[in-house]
Amino acid sequence: MSYFRAENLSLHFGGLKAVDAVSFAVEKGEILSIIGPNGAGKSSIFNLISRIYPPTSGRIFFEDQDITQQPAYDIAKLGIARTFQNIELFENATVLSNLLVGRHRHSTTRLWQELLFLPSVRAGEKAHRRRVEQVIEFLDLEPYRDKLISGLPYGVRKVIELARALCSEPKLILLDEPSSGLNVEETDDMSFWIRDMKSELGITVLMVEHDMTLVNRVSDRVIALNYGRVLAMGSPSEVQHHPDVVAAYLGA
Amino acid sequence: MRFLFKTDYEDDIRLFPHSGYVYSYGLLLAVLVIAPYVLSSYLMSQLVFVCIYATVGVGLMILTGFTGQASLGHAAFLAIGAYTAAYLQQFNVPFPVYFLAAGLLTGVVGALVGFPALRLQGIYLVIATISFAFIVEEIMARWESVTNGNEGMRVKAMQLLGATVSRDGPTFYYLCLAVLVLTIVGTLNLLRSPTGRAFVAIRDSETAARSMGINVALYKVKSFAISAAITGFAGVLFAHKLSFISPEMFTLQLSIEFIIVILIGGTFSLHGAVLGAIFLVMIDPFLTYLKDDMPGVIAGVAATLGAGAERAGHIQDAVAAFASANGLKGAIYGVIIVVFVLFEPLGLYGRWLKIKLFFQLFPLYKRATFKRQKIYVKSERNR
Repeated sequence: MSYFRAENLSLHFGGLKAVDAVSFAVEKGEILSIIGPNGAGKSSIFNLISRIYPPTSGRIFFEDQDITQQPAYDIAKLGIARTFQNIELFENATVLSNLLVGRHRHSTTRLWQELLFLPSVRAGEKAHRRRVEQVIEFLDLEPYRDKLISGLPYGVRKVIELARALCSEPKLILLDEPSSGLNVEETDDMSFWIRDMKSELGITVLMVEHDMTLVNRVSDRVIALNYGRVLAMGSPSEVQHHPDVVAAYLGA
Repeated sequence: MRFLFKTDYEDDIRLFPHSGYVYSYGLLLAVLVIAPYVLSSYLMSQLVFVCIYATVGVGLMILTGFTGQASLGHAAFLAIGAYTAAYLQQFNVPFPVYFLAAGLLTGVVGALVGFPALRLQGIYLVIATISFAFIVEEIMARWESVTNGNEGMRVKAMQLLGATVSRDGPTFYYLCLAVLVLTIVGTLNLLRSPTGRAFVAIRDSETAARSMGINVALYKVKSFAISAAITGFAGVLFAHKLSFISPEMFTLQLSIEFIIVILIGGTFSLHGAVLGAIFLVMIDPFLTYLKDDMPGVIAGVAATLGAGAERAGHIQDAVAAFASANGLKGAIYGVIIVVFVLFEPLGLYGRWLKIKLFFQLFPLYKRATFKRQKIYVKSERNR
């Protein structure tokens, strides 16, 4: 059985088939990239997995459990974290509190305990903070801890969003265009981090990406989509030379 | 300028970041404690209202400022608290019991209002909470067996530990102050724990909050319940302070006053609730001044400028008519809101922070530090 599996996943908006009977599987510990022209349905697949949209049909399995009907907030509790294409950070909060929100799925304190800030809450806060600090070190975010998000540049926000996802200690992470808006150097950093996430933290990565350099450098396998359908699946070079993929990109 | 060198995670958790806070808040508390022995009874009465309004402000701040859910129905929560107290008092229920019962009942009602509010955003939520407030107002007027209808209800003096607590005495003031301080401390505790961060997360991006494992519906309802419960507690004190309650006290205008409290104070910090409450309560003496002294002063100025006695009398009458016109208070509120939204959206506390920074950085302060930036509208915002 595969670690993560989508079966005949479809998302229709009226007559528009954003995702049309897509099936794929992600093995534990691999980096799988989804590529495709704009509007191919890549982000829609992510939004189906994290339950922002309910699928029109099809099913999603994670660790042999059917998660198609789980509410959106339960997806994170199962260990699936994600980032967004257009950064969705909590803008009027500090970097630190953004990252601590990532720890939410691990918090066990109750409301009345928090109102009194009992020792158990204090201990929990410190434990969360310790984990957050590990992520901050992993992604070199030390200079930004107390800064407000609204004052930070785009490139840094992108990394903070990744950090927030990592703070939840996910088993599977969904990265929606991790390199969009980053310069060459930042993209290099991003590719190192993605590989380290796999090798050091043992996280499985599912990623939507346009930057083929990054895709080639980090991916174990690639899926190409167009008009909501799978065109090709396989190693990065196989997919890039697949005639349908070439046709989809070049319009031949 | 002071630089904080943090050596422990505790440094980010504690309520007072450094000793300066302990001294300044300690001094403030000391001043507030000796206030009844120094201030006139009128100012003491105003100070009690500041405490009550600030408590409501803190409650509304949790909902509007931190969870991002607007409410124009908090007068109704205040009313439920006040009426619960007045009703239970008739059966000789002791103060601590009906105080807690009022908070609890209001919290439950708040949660019930929270459920329909889950599907509403922005202006629609405002309309829904206004309608809720009207419903409560109507119930208070019609449910005569419990609320005594438009006749209103008398609220007897508070009995605490076998003693009668006069609504004008220092004990009542200390009680209100204690409720305010406890509310603030509880709220600060909440804000530094997972629930408070979940509230802020919901305010800034519901989608991201959801994808981080926050049950958005549950936390919105929690926020409504906590906010309402705090307002209910304030309602009990409000009833005791006025010693008489009737439906026409809990109108839309009162809800707007509460919004003014947090808007004028600054919606991003609890300081705002207190500063806003002081500002709002002090509008009243200003209006009284406008009504009583202003016409005479203007007539006097006119007379010294050479106007005849008859003409000065006319001017005095005209100003007096203007100052006692119906709805002047509402108009002044409106002007205040507009001025603050346009010129100081961060409110009084934001202004205070700017002044503080000016002196900390003197002479290097740059005017553009707080310049509002244009924010690009996100094209693909998920709702």
